[in-house]
Order: sequence, then C-alpha cells, then structure tokens
Amino acid sequence: MSVNDRQRKAERIRHLLDTEGDSVHENTRVFNEGRYESTADLDDYEALKDEARAIKEDAIERLPELIEQATEAIEANGGTVYVAEDADDANRYVTEVVDGRNVVKSKSMTSEEIEVNGALEADGANVWETDLAEFVLQIAEEAPSHIVAPAIHKSREEIADLFNEVFDPEERLETAEELTRFAREYLGEKILDAEVGMTGANFVTADTGTLALVTSEGNARKCVQATDTHVAVAGVEKIVPRVEDLQPFVELIGRSGTGQDITSYLSLFTPPGDSPTFGDGVGSDDGLTSGDDRALESGDDREFHLVLIDNGRMAMREDDDLRETLYCIRCSACANSCANFQHVGGHAFGGETYSGGIATGWEAGIHGQDSAAEFNDLCTGCSRCVNQCPVKIDIPWINTVVRDRINRGADGEFDFLVEGLTPDEEPGGLDIQKRLFGNFDTLARLGSAFAPLSNRIARTGTARSVMERTLGVDARRELPEFERESLVEWFTARGSRVDPEGARRRVALYPDAYTNYVRTERGKAAVRVLESLDVHVDVPAAGESGRAPFSQGMVATARANAEAVYEALSPAVAAGRDVVVIEPSDLAMFRREYDRLLPEDEYAALREGSYEVMEYVYGLLENGADTDALADGNGERVAYHGHCQQRTLDLEPYTLAVLEDCGFDVATSDVECCGMAGSFGYKSEYYELSVDVGESLAEQFTTDDTADRTVVASGTSCLEQLDALLTRRPAHPVRLLDGR
Amino acid sequence: MSTEPLATFESSLTEIGVDLVRTTAEEFESTLAPRVDTPAVGTPLPFEGVALPDAVETDPTVADLETARTGVTAVGYGIADYGSVVVQGGPAGEEPVSLYADEHVAVVAASDVLPDMDAVFDRLAADVREGTGQAVIATGPSATADMGALVRGAHGPMDVTVVLLEDR
Repeated sequence: MSVNDRQRKAERIRHLLDTEGDSVHENTRVFNEGRYESTADLDDYEALKDEARAIKEDAIERLPELIEQATEAIEANGGTVYVAEDADDANRYVTEVVDGRNVVKSKSMTSEEIEVNGALEADGANVWETDLAEFVLQIAEEAPSHIVAPAIHKSREEIADLFNEVFDPEERLETAEELTRFAREYLGEKILDAEVGMTGANFVTADTGTLALVTSEGNARKCVQATDTHVAVAGVEKIVPRVEDLQPFVELIGRSGTGQDITSYLSLFTPPGDSPTFGDGVGSDDGLTSGDDRALESGDDREFHLVLIDNGRMAMREDDDLRETLYCIRCSACANSCANFQHVGGHAFGGETYSGGIATGWEAGIHGQDSAAEFNDLCTGCSRCVNQCPVKIDIPWINTVVRDRINRGADGEFDFLVEGLTPDEEPGGLDIQKRLFGNFDTLARLGSAFAPLSNRIARTGTARSVMERTLGVDARRELPEFERESLVEWFTARGSRVDPEGARRRVALYPDAYTNYVRTERGKAAVRVLESLDVHVDVPAAGESGRAPFSQGMVATARANAEAVYEALSPAVAAGRDVVVIEPSDLAMFRREYDRLLPEDEYAALREGSYEVMEYVYGLLENGADTDALADGNGERVAYHGHCQQRTLDLEPYTLAVLEDCGFDVATSDVECCGMAGSFGYKSEYYELSVDVGESLAEQFTTDDTADRTVVASGTSCLEQLDALLTRRPAHPVRLLDGR
Repeated sequence: MSTEPLATFESSLTEIGVDLVRTTAEEFESTLAPRVDTPAVGTPLPFEGVALPDAVETDPTVADLETARTGVTAVGYGIADYGSVVVQGGPAGEEPVSLYADEHVAVVAASDVLPDMDAVFDRLAADVREGTGQAVIATGPSATADMGALVRGAHGPMDVTVVLLEDR
C-alpha cells in the first residue's frame, strides 16, 4: 500500500468514526450483550451449535442433490424454481416475472448482492423496501452497514431529519414511535398497491420446499399475503434437508443475532399458500387506497418463484478454505462481537454487499478478492467471534487465508529495505508493512543485539518519519524497546534454582519473541513464580510461534515458524514436561492455529501439553502447591484485562481465581479486545481506529471504582495499548505473584 | 396433559408482555366479548362449541382489515418455552386477520400447548407434509428497533393476547 493509500484509508476510517461510530457502537453493544445473555439461558447451547453445524456440513456436501430435491418439491406444490448462475442471470429472470408491476420487498441481503432493485426499476417497476431499516436506506440512498440491522449507523435524530425533509409531514416526526407509525402507514399503501411480493429466505427445506423467514416487523408476511406473485431470492446454500432441521437454527438465530430468544415472526411458507390475497393492487393513481372496499380474493391462483442464486457459491463449495463460509446463516454475531466492527461499522468493515468478520469469505467468493481486500485487514484475528458463531465457522482462519491469497495475488519486487530483515517464505509482491510485522522475530533479534543503540535510533524523529512513510508504522505509537539481554540469555547464565529430582513438575517456559526480547521482566517473574512453587524450569531457545506472520496472512512463514517451534519444544514434550506460555496469543497458536499448520499428532501433543502461565499456577495450587509461596496481595486493588484470544480459550477465569486466592481484589474489563492486536495499532492507516477501540477499555479502567487500581493485562498488545492510554503503567499478572 | 407446559407458557408470555386469558369453551364468548375492541375481524374457530362474538366480522374487506382494532384467530399451537403461538394461515384468512389488526387475539386449545421447539417442529413437519401451506411462529407483537429505539408494533399488531381454552 502506498503512503497515499494509507492516508486515504485513515481518512475514510476517521470520517466513519466521526459520523457513524457512535450509533454503530451503541447498537452493536446491545446486540452483543443480548447475545451473551440470551445464549446463557440455553441449557444446550454447545449441542445446538454442533447440531446446526452438522446440518450445514451435510447440506453443503449434498448440495446438488438437495437443489434437485427442493426443485421437485416446489414444482410439485405448483411453484417454480430457477437456479441463476450469477446476478445478471437472476435479475433477468426476476425482471421477466415482475414485468414492470409494483413490487414490495422484505429485507434480503441476497437481493442486495444481486442489486435486483436497480434492474427492476430500469425495467419500469416500482420497488419499495418495506423493512423499516431498508426503507430508511432506500430514502437516504445509502448502503447497508450491517447484515441484520442495515441502518444501524443512523441515529433516531438522523432518521427523523431525513423523513421530515423528504416527506415534509404536517407535524414534524420525532420519536421512534412516530417514525415507525409514519413508515407503517406510508408503506402500508405501497403494500396495498403491489402485485408482486419479494422476499429472501433464511432457509429452504429440500424435502417440502418450505421457506423459513426470520423477521420481526411483519412486513415479510404482508408482502407475501397481500400479493398474487411471490418471488423469493436465496443463495443456493440456504437449503437444508428437512423441516425438522430448522429447529436448532430457529433457537439460535435470534439469540446469535440481535440477542433475542426468538424474533417476533418465524414464518414457514410452503408456497404457493392458500391465504386470501388482496388481488391486483389498485394502483396508486385511482385514489382507492384509503377506504379500500375490495373483498379479499381466493389465494388459489397464487404464483411462486424461487430464484436460487449461485453467483460463485458452487465454486466456494469446491474451495477447501472458503467452503465453511457457506454454513453462515447471516446472523451477524461475528460483526457484533468484533471490537473493530463495533467502533467503525460495516461501511468500513465490509465489501460490496456483506460486512463483518465472515464478509471476507462472502466477498472473496462472490465479488472476488479485490472486494475482500478492501476491508480484510480489519480482522485482527482476535478470535472473539469464534465461540459466537452458531455454526462454528473459524472466521479468523477464513480472514487469514484470504489475506494470504491477496498477498500472493499482488505483483511486485522484493523491497530492498526490508529484504535483509525478512527471511520469510512469502512472494515478492507482499506489502512491505506486512512483511515487516510478519518478521517480528528477526526484527526483535536484531533490535536486541544492537540495543540500546537500536532503540535510540528508532526513537529519532527522522527514523520515525521514514518508518511511517515507507513502512506505515505510525509515528504516534511508541515502539517497543528491545532488551540487550534476552530472556533465554538471562536464564542460560542464571540456570535453574530448583533441583529437577525433587521438583513438583518440570516445565519448558516458552520464550515468545516479546517476552524474550522486549518484556523480559515478565519472563523472569514467571520463572521465579514457578520456581517458588517447586517447579523445575527450563527456557529452551524456541523461536517465534508464527503468530506474527500468521496475522499478516503469511501462512507459509507461519508454518515454517510453527515447525521450528515444535522442533525446539518437542524434546521437552517427549520427556513429559509441560510447556508454559506467557503470551496468550502464542498459546492460542499452540491450541488453535497449529491445527492448520502442523501435522495432527504434533498439534495434538502441543495442544495437550501447553498451558497459559496463570492457568498453570492455578493447576499447581489446586494440586497441593501453597499460595504462601507467592506474594500476598493483601487486598491490593487490581484491574485486570484478559486477552481476547485467552478469553476465547476460556482461560481468563484462572488468572482471576489465582489473583483472588492470593488476596488481590480484582475488577475485570468486559470489552472484546484492547484494539492493539499485535501490529494493528502500529499501522498508520488503523492507528486511530485502534485508539478508538482502546478508549473503550481505558474508560472501564478510569471509573470511580477502577481509577486507583493497579492495572494488569495478560497480552503484550493489551499492555502496550493500556500503557499508551492510561497514566498508570500496566504489568502482566504473573508479576503480582512474584515475591521479589 | 401435565400442567407444567401451561405454567411455563404463562410465565413465558408474561416475560414478553403478552396477556394470557384462561377460559372454557362454554365461557369463551362471554370472556372474549369485553376484550374485543371494535371494529373487529376474525376467522371461524375450529373448536367444538366455541363461537365468536357477533361483533367480529368474519368476511372482511381490505378496508375492514386496515381499520380493525382486534383480530381474532385460532392458532395451531402454543410453545411453552418461548410464549409463542403458531398461526396457521389458510383460506379463511388467519394470516391477514392476525396481521393487520392493532391487536391479535390468539385462541389456543390447552392440549395444543407444546413444551418446546423440538416438539413443535415434529408437529410442524408433519403438518407441512399433510399440506399446511403456512405456519408463523409468532412471539409477542411485531416490533422494530430500526427507528432508533425499540417500538412495539411495526407492520403487524402492537399487542397480542392469548386466550387459552382449558377444556379443549
């Protein structure tokens, strides 16, 4: 990315933070909290997710067969199915069916994807969006910013101003209730005038040809009921085998999306139905719409068309990495649980149609890599969405894979500036900024070898300005300071202080690149804390875990690092020693990402044998070690921010428990991520977003209850972000336990 | 049937702000009459010995639907866990009647209140296979948050009342 491109991107993000950020933040937070509460009420949340996942896996596996079965069922019911190859094909078909008549639509992201409104209007049809949010956007001529709540970026005041300006009502509209009544009435007339009702479909059952529509306003019901002709557009991936298969989705979709146990209406249409219709619309010109004395007409002549859209999906099905995207039920949990999305919204965190974490998969598959490339870097891999997805899609992995493909798709030469620093496995065209951060290990090793000189040079204004211009490293961020003596060197010189024979356990403490070269003090504290609990510690010279290149989409380099780490740690693992990890993002590599990078047995060995340091201390205390050996908290007030990936692995409670056992009084944050996310906060195009996200965390630690507390955080990134935003200097929690 | 789903049904309805009125076939008309705000529309009820009050128009025009304050229909099932009712729309017009009036009065037989979604989907699947063209799992009134705050009553009803026929 050129310096101009970075500036443009930064400006765009700044503009959205200013104009849409507040509304998006407020609304996504309601959805996010609602989801946590609503899913907690389920006795069998995990089982439901497994069931939903299994149904989708099976359906996508058998998709061609299910399309055929659904087609047969719908045709037997008297409807029509058209499988459209792409958007043009779909629009041609729909335009023919509509034939210039009046159309009322309910919300459908798939219809946004094919841009059917434009095609119909070009053919002379009137098209009205009846979902209130879509109606707002239609009037405002804006694009959706969220796949479930498309006008989430607009405040009530903005909507009121818009309506008052466009419709000039006798009395100014102000409250949400007034706006809703007005829109209901306005659109009610459009519904009476319409001849064609268009809907999407959340699910289509192959056995019976039933459409399931998940709605709340009642407009989809009206669009179908009032008109003679129903056109439904749906991606081919919406098909599930049987009606019974809908049950887990019905229980999960509202909870996962807007945090409601269930939405107001879950419609099961097996069209054509036999509800009476309003027949032909009376047309808007003849003045009959009020005082409409038409009798209802028999629904026997209803017409139904299902347009199943391929538009890249069948190719995604053949793609081992993008296939999972087709399991997506478009619930928006990945967007709502994403710190970056919560702050900037789908107009930045989205492509041509789709937004949020999973949008990378959709956009790459449907509109192509370029559309995904626009926003893909906004996924920091924090993994908070992973446990929220009702069909268990590994969304960070999809983002990583697509990032890798984008890296590889770019042409270019090796850049002389970073070539020496980057002994990686990546193609020449890779963005220089990504290459720099992806090779953090080498950078840190050199930085340490030449410290303190390297730190001093890096701090100079000239160096910072060159770094900003050439590498996109934001000059407003403080750079990490490298220690001259690495943790491994310190430990080699010092040696173990516990006799291996009498030791309670023997561990290999993994020296992640940050702990090894930058924050050695937490490594030293970890060694001392473990030793005080009679654990024999060794610090093998294992390299960077692969997290750094992985986060830049440099998968091949990440794999090479993972293999080297495994080789360095495997003797300890083979000898039955536990691997203790300080940095949660590296532990998450061992526990999650190595599944993609290492042979199965090697991954399993590391996953089973590795522990987060506070988790490990917890285990020691549970198994007879004495808290007296650790520093006494003595009621010290502490504010703790758990790391995003650590929380995804459900490891936060251990830190909390250990600190409390040791007598600390702990308050915790509940933001999804600190916003720093490794290299993200250093990148000049994302610096302001990173700070905006970080401010939400900083606010939680500057309340009346927390402002005087000692701040601790598990992740290096979190520590850097907190250090930048608070006046108190934060530390890793293991340092609180260190008696020294 | 055990009374447990009914108790759960009632508490779920309370949670979502829907009134539950318990009655019997015999007392249905007198129970319902004071609760029907006119103009009212309705569809014939399939329960033996249960009739709609006279004030309820069962052959409405489009204008009748638009202006109706109350819409009375039978519903196929109640779902105890969620406080939902299943509107099965057919030629008599259950779909428009339950959708256009300000308030939907849903009449359900106690024996049709099922404990959970699992049980309901078994029934719904069987119904679809036997030709039921439409079933709407309706939970509370229509609602929207699209205008900047949560509003009860969007395109559909603003209120829902469930009438439970205890002896049916």
